[in-house]
Amino acid sequence: MSDARLDVRKTYKLLINGAYPRSESGRSYEVTSAKGAFLANVAQGSRKDVRDAVSAARAAQAKWWNATAYNRGQVIYRLAEMAESRRDELAEHVALAEGVNVRTSQKKVSASIDRIVWYAGWTDKVAQVLGGTNPVAGPFFNFSIPVPSGVVGVVGVQESLEGFVEAIMAPLCVGNTVVALASETRPTPAVLLGEMTSASDFPAGVLNIVTGLTSELAPVLAAHEDVDGLDICGVTRDAADELAVLGAGSIKRVFRPRENETDSSLRRLRAFVETSTVWHTIGQ
Amino acid sequence: MSDRQLANSQLGSLEYDPAPESAAIAKLKPSYGLFIDGEFSDAASHGQFATINPANEETLSMVAQANAVDVDRAVVSARHAYDKVWSKTTGAQRSKYLFRIARLIQERSRELAVVETLDNGKPIRESRDVDIPLAAAHFFYYAGWADKLDHAGFGPNPKPLGVAGQIIPWNFPLLMAAWKLAPALAAGNTCVLKPAETTPLSALVLAEILQQAELPLGVVNIVTGDGSTGAALVDHPDVDKIAFTGSTEVGRMIQQRTAASHKHLTLELGGKGANIVFDDAPIDEMIEGIIDGIFFNQGHVCCAGSRLLVQESVADEVLRRLVRRVEQLRVGDPLDKNTDVGAINSAAQLLRIRELTAFGESEGATRYTSSCELPQKGYWFAPTVFADVAQSHRIAREEIFGPVLSVLTFRTPEEAVAKANNTNYGLACGIWSEKGSRTLWVAERLRAGVIWANTYNRFDPTSPFGGMRESGFGREGGRHGLEAYLNV
Repeated sequence: MSDARLDVRKTYKLLINGAYPRSESGRSYEVTSAKGAFLANVAQGSRKDVRDAVSAARAAQAKWWNATAYNRGQVIYRLAEMAESRRDELAEHVALAEGVNVRTSQKKVSASIDRIVWYAGWTDKVAQVLGGTNPVAGPFFNFSIPVPSGVVGVVGVQESLEGFVEAIMAPLCVGNTVVALASETRPTPAVLLGEMTSASDFPAGVLNIVTGLTSELAPVLAAHEDVDGLDICGVTRDAADELAVLGAGSIKRVFRPRENETDSSLRRLRAFVETSTVWHTIGQ
Repeated sequence: MSDRQLANSQLGSLEYDPAPESAAIAKLKPSYGLFIDGEFSDAASHGQFATINPANEETLSMVAQANAVDVDRAVVSARHAYDKVWSKTTGAQRSKYLFRIARLIQERSRELAVVETLDNGKPIRESRDVDIPLAAAHFFYYAGWADKLDHAGFGPNPKPLGVAGQIIPWNFPLLMAAWKLAPALAAGNTCVLKPAETTPLSALVLAEILQQAELPLGVVNIVTGDGSTGAALVDHPDVDKIAFTGSTEVGRMIQQRTAASHKHLTLELGGKGANIVFDDAPIDEMIEGIIDGIFFNQGHVCCAGSRLLVQESVADEVLRRLVRRVEQLRVGDPLDKNTDVGAINSAAQLLRIRELTAFGESEGATRYTSSCELPQKGYWFAPTVFADVAQSHRIAREEIFGPVLSVLTFRTPEEAVAKANNTNYGLACGIWSEKGSRTLWVAERLRAGVIWANTYNRFDPTSPFGGMRESGFGREGGRHGLEAYLNV
C-alpha cells in the first residue's frame, strides 16, 4: 500500500444569500477538465434555487444601492485583493477548465483581477458620466442620475473567468444585485470567485451564483418577473433569441453582444441603469 | 345646496362667456394620402378611414389606410434616402433642416393647435400652450445636437442606426411625433412614422411642413392606419430600430416580436403615477398640482398622477378641497379657450374608463363625480375622484388613462415609498413637501423615471423622459435621448 496522502476533494456549491448551500434538489454533477479528466463535483442547481437566488438578490438590492458609491468601490476593490492572494488557485482552475497552459491562464487571471479594479473605480464616477443637470425652460432645478435597474440575471458565460467577471461587475458596480449562472462546463473559477466575495464585505445576496445545466436554468431566470435585466452574452445566438423573447414578457432590459464590437464596456455600464430625472421648484 | 351650486353662488359673477377658437383655422382638407418619398399618395388598396372630432363625432377628414405594401414602400423610401442622401448630409446641414422645421411649426402654431384640438379633443388652451410650443422646442433642441454628436458622451463619431420605425399614441399627437423625429433625424437616421389611428391629422400637417422645409425626399415618411399598419412596420425586415410609445400590453408584444431580430428597441409605455402629498405641503399649490397631475389632457397621460397618496393627518382636508376644486373644472367644448377638460379621445377609450370606474364602485371605493353638464354629442366623462381606495383595487393598479383619480393614504414616508413602488409600472411620481431633505430622500427611493417635486406634468426637451420596469426603457429628451438613435 502506498503512503501517498489521499486528497480531500471539494464539492463546489451554490452561492445564495451569502451562504453556500447544495442544491435544494440534492443533485450534483461531475465537471471534467478540458482534457476530460474528473475535476470536481458541482451542485446542480434547480429552478427553485434560481428563484431563491432572485429573492435574495431582490432583498439585498436596496441596501447595496443605498450604500455610498465609495463604499461599493471599496467592497469591489477588496474582491480584487482577495483574488490577487488566491491567483495561483484561480489560474490552476482556469488552466484545467479551458485547457490552456498555466502561463496563459495566469494572464487571464491577471486580466480578470485588473478588470475588477477597473470596475471598483467606476462606482463613484458613473453618476457624473451618465447623469447631469438639465437646463429646462422654467424655474426648476432638474437633474438626471443613473440608478440601477434592480436585479440582473447573467446567463451562461462560457469563458470561465474573464467573461464572468465582466458580466457580473458592470451591473454590480452601478448598484444592481446579480444572479449569475456559471458556465455549465467550466464553473469552478466562478465558484471560487464567489467564495472570495464572503471575505470582501459583499452584503449577503448582492452576488448569487447558481451552477447547473444552462438549458434548464436560463429560461427560469429569463422569464422570472422579478428580474429586471438580463445579460445573455454567453449563450449561442439561437439560445439567446429564445431567452430574449422570454425576457420580453416582463419588459426586461436585455444585453446582447453586437457584431464587430471591440469594446462593449461602456455599453455594459449603461445596459442596466435607468435615468431618473428629478424636477424641483425654485422659489422663495 | 350642492357643492356645484355652492361654487356657483360664490363665484357667480365669474361665470365665463364662451370664447371659442375658430375651427376654420385648421384649414383641413377633405382627405389626406400617405406621405412617402416626399409626396402624398393613395394607399395601395385605396382604403381610407374617417378621423372624427371626439367632441361631436363629426368626420373631420378621410385618411389613407396603409397596409404592408405601403409600409414596405415607405421603408424602401427611407432606406434609399438614408443610403443616398441623409447619411452623406453633414451634421451641420441636418441641424439647419431641423431648425427650419422648428421655425415652421412656430409659424403655423395656431393652425396646428386647432388641428390638434379638433382631432384629439384636448382643450385648445393645452394644445396652444403646451403641445405645439413643446413640439417646436423639441426640434430646436435636437437641431443643435446634430453637429455636436462627437461631444454627446458616446465616444468619437457615433453612428446612426439607419431606418427608424416610430409608432406614436393619440394623447399628444404632434408632440410625440416631435419627440420621435427630432432626435432620430439629428442622429442621422431616416424615419417611417406611424401616427395613431384616431389622431393622424397633425402629423400630416407636419408632413406639409417637411415639404416647406425642403427636407430631402424620403428622409421622413408618414404612414397612417390602424394597428395592422404598426405591426407591418414592426415586422419589416429592413427596419433597424423601433421606437414605440403606447400601452404596456402592445409594448410587450413588440418586444417579443423584435427580441430575436437585429432591431434596436425603445419603449415608452404605461404608468400608474403616485402623487405623494406630505402634511407640510402648501395646500393651494398642492391642490392645483394634483388637479393638473390627473386632469391635464383628460388624464390621457402615461405619466398622470392617477394615484394620490395623502398623509393621513391632512387627508380629510385635501379630499374636501379636491372635490370642491373638481366641481369648478370647466368641462366642454375643447375649442373654447376657457375649457379645462375636453373630450375623451374615442368611444373605445370612454368604454374602458367607464368599465374601470364601475369596478371602483363595486370594489367599495367612494366616488365623487363632478356634477358638470356634459355635451349631448361626443365622448365625455366627468372628472371623478375615488376615496377610500385600497391598493388591491383595480382602479389603484390599472392604468385608466382618463380623468379619474384614486386617493389612498399613508402615515410615514417609508409607507408612502412602499405604496408608490407597489406597481409593475415605473414612469412618474410626484412629491409635495416643503422639506427638501425629505423630498430627496423619497425621490431616491422611488422607482420612477421622472419625479416631480412640488410640481407635476412638466416637460422640457432638455429633460430625459421615460420609464423603469414595465413602463419601458430608453429615454426621450436631453442628451440621453440621442442614445436611442445611435449605435452606441
